[in-house]
Amino acid sequence: MKHIISILMENEPGALSRVAGLFSARGYNIESLSVAPTEDETLSRLTLVTSGADSVIEQITKQLNKLVDVVRLMDLTEGSHIERELMLVKVQAVGESREEVKRIVDIFRGRILDVGQAQYIIEMTGTSEKLNAFISALGITEIIEVVRSGVSGVARGDRSLRV
Amino acid sequence: MKLSGAEILVRCLQEEGIDTIFGYPGGAALHIYDAIYHQKQIRHVLTRHEQGATHAADGYARATGKPGVVVVTSGPGVTNTVTGIATAYMDSIPLVVLSAQVPKQLIGDDAFQEVDAVGITRPCVKHNILVKDIDQVALAIKKAFHIASTGRPGPVLIDIPKDITAEKTEFFYPESITMRSYAPRDKGHPKQIRRALDLLLSAKRPIIYFGGGIIQANAHQELIELVRMLGYPCTSTLMGLGGYPATDQQFLGMLGMHGTYESNMAMHECDVLLALGARFDDRVTAEVSKFSPYAKIIHVDIDPSSIGKNVAVDVPIVGHVKTVIQEIIKGIKQRGDKPEANDLATWWKQIDAWREKDSLSYDRASDQIKPQFVVEKLCEITGGDAFVTSDVGQHQMFTAQHYLFDKPRRWINSGGLGTMGFGLPAAIGVQLAHPDSTVACVTGEASIMMCIQELSTCRQFDLPLNLICLNNRYMGMVRQWQEFFYDSRYSHSYMDALPDFVSLAESFGHVGIRIEKPGDVEGALLQAIQDRSQLYFLDFIVDQSENVYPMIAAGGGHNEMYLSPGTGDIPEERELA
Repeated sequence: MKHIISILMENEPGALSRVAGLFSARGYNIESLSVAPTEDETLSRLTLVTSGADSVIEQITKQLNKLVDVVRLMDLTEGSHIERELMLVKVQAVGESREEVKRIVDIFRGRILDVGQAQYIIEMTGTSEKLNAFISALGITEIIEVVRSGVSGVARGDRSLRV
Repeated sequence: MKLSGAEILVRCLQEEGIDTIFGYPGGAALHIYDAIYHQKQIRHVLTRHEQGATHAADGYARATGKPGVVVVTSGPGVTNTVTGIATAYMDSIPLVVLSAQVPKQLIGDDAFQEVDAVGITRPCVKHNILVKDIDQVALAIKKAFHIASTGRPGPVLIDIPKDITAEKTEFFYPESITMRSYAPRDKGHPKQIRRALDLLLSAKRPIIYFGGGIIQANAHQELIELVRMLGYPCTSTLMGLGGYPATDQQFLGMLGMHGTYESNMAMHECDVLLALGARFDDRVTAEVSKFSPYAKIIHVDIDPSSIGKNVAVDVPIVGHVKTVIQEIIKGIKQRGDKPEANDLATWWKQIDAWREKDSLSYDRASDQIKPQFVVEKLCEITGGDAFVTSDVGQHQMFTAQHYLFDKPRRWINSGGLGTMGFGLPAAIGVQLAHPDSTVACVTGEASIMMCIQELSTCRQFDLPLNLICLNNRYMGMVRQWQEFFYDSRYSHSYMDALPDFVSLAESFGHVGIRIEKPGDVEGALLQAIQDRSQLYFLDFIVDQSENVYPMIAAGGGHNEMYLSPGTGDIPEERELA
């Protein structure tokens, strides 16, 4: 099952490579990973998506907690949460597909950020599943580039990840 | 008064009460070595290789419980420490490694003797820090000692660019430190402790299995009290030996791949298993799917990630093992319950029957020197009270089986990483920590070659070590596996062109003796151990064909051991492991 793990860690050089190194050294999957400083500049917030059996996820959270730079973490998928991923797609937009792509973008509530002679750059935000569905729907035209931010997430209600 | 980074480094070590450090100078470390030169409080031990320095500091730490300290230069200086750091990491040994780095402005330029020290050591340290500011030097070193020696101990590396060791700032060393991201748990959860008490006191076939955590936590007194109070049998991992007196009736010997018949059978048949400061390593559990099939498992460990990693447990208790045992003892006293005496008597009767197998026996009538015999004699002559280091292989297992450690911190070996070459430098650290104690290094002719250069360090510091080389002209453990599982195809496990160890020892300024007959074993050991003025290299020419028994092969459970030919049945057909 897919798990979204949110981590607050010391904003120190090398912190990210400790997390990435842990995953490769112990053979865990990372499907996506995003990281940036928070409102408190001494802290970074890292969100990673991984999958595995419950016992593996338990080990992952324990091993992450063991990293000295990790202040706190939360498995968002254990409770109700919001997840979003940002995607930029550059597609071929000529002839009939120019109109059709525009329609699909509207249906998915995306935005066309740039209109070129023969290309569009599309912005799409949503769950990873929605972004996957959008990519499938673009089958009518040639995709030139896909850039995804990786998942960001936050727990709903009283659950929160803070120091 | 302002101090240079190098002076601050040395002052920090003094503030930490460090009396001995191990290291090797080099270009980037020259300011540090100059600061070392200008003081008397700390003794610097120059090894002949940085790996030796790291193992020596590790041995010092294991024998004292205090963190070991290493100082090395950049580049090859730090890469040479990697095996030593990984060794300490796998056995949770507190180590502070201070590595010099090329000047800040050269980092990333492929400068002379530059290597990404924090990058290269990251997977095998508890933590590491590249210091980028003179004002961070003292704080980084404080953190290093704090992290290395608390919680589950481990090595910490601090990498300091050369220019920072020359810059100056005001020296301030904090007394203590708190870190929001690092706060190891001490006490066990009260509810889990209650559940553990329920299980423990209602057990019919209990066993207590303990590991290196007992040694690291200085919890041996508590363990002895608990084991005696309950009257339960106990067994130790390789790393826990000495945590409970080996000569005591309630001790069943080591468990695992080369454990005794009685401890492995008891592990297999038990109904309640209390694991204390042990991590269910694969060499201990044997085939996990066959592990202790009837047991409810209670696991006490300071590291939450050790719990449930290899084996599912019924009662997890995260905490300092010393504190948790105290809590368990208190709980038992408060309840006033006693284990059911009849059940326990039946269990002991069964264990005593297993004991009669005498699974560590060997051919005492042989006209060749048996390696077990040498270890037994060593134990006898030293009264079981020597500090004994070892390398890795058959000699290590023979020592673990036949040297009866009654006290903690006496048995010093590389259990987790299994580092050949560990024994001699570790013995240097041990002897420097305990100058008046007998220190023996049991080794093999293959392992000893891996850090042989440290014989020179022993000469420089006049260390009267006793090197007990069990020379079988093979990498014995490799040969044993090849005999069992590869139809005796001894691929590259022989030691051809061995040096004459007697003259080798002499060339380093030590005494060397070759012993070829069983009748000469005792005399040579006595001579070496009684002479406190010199290092002895005792080259025992032992039986080449001796194997370590019992043995559990890959895929086997605790009740599926090969026993030595003398004691019974070895399966005719051996499966390829």
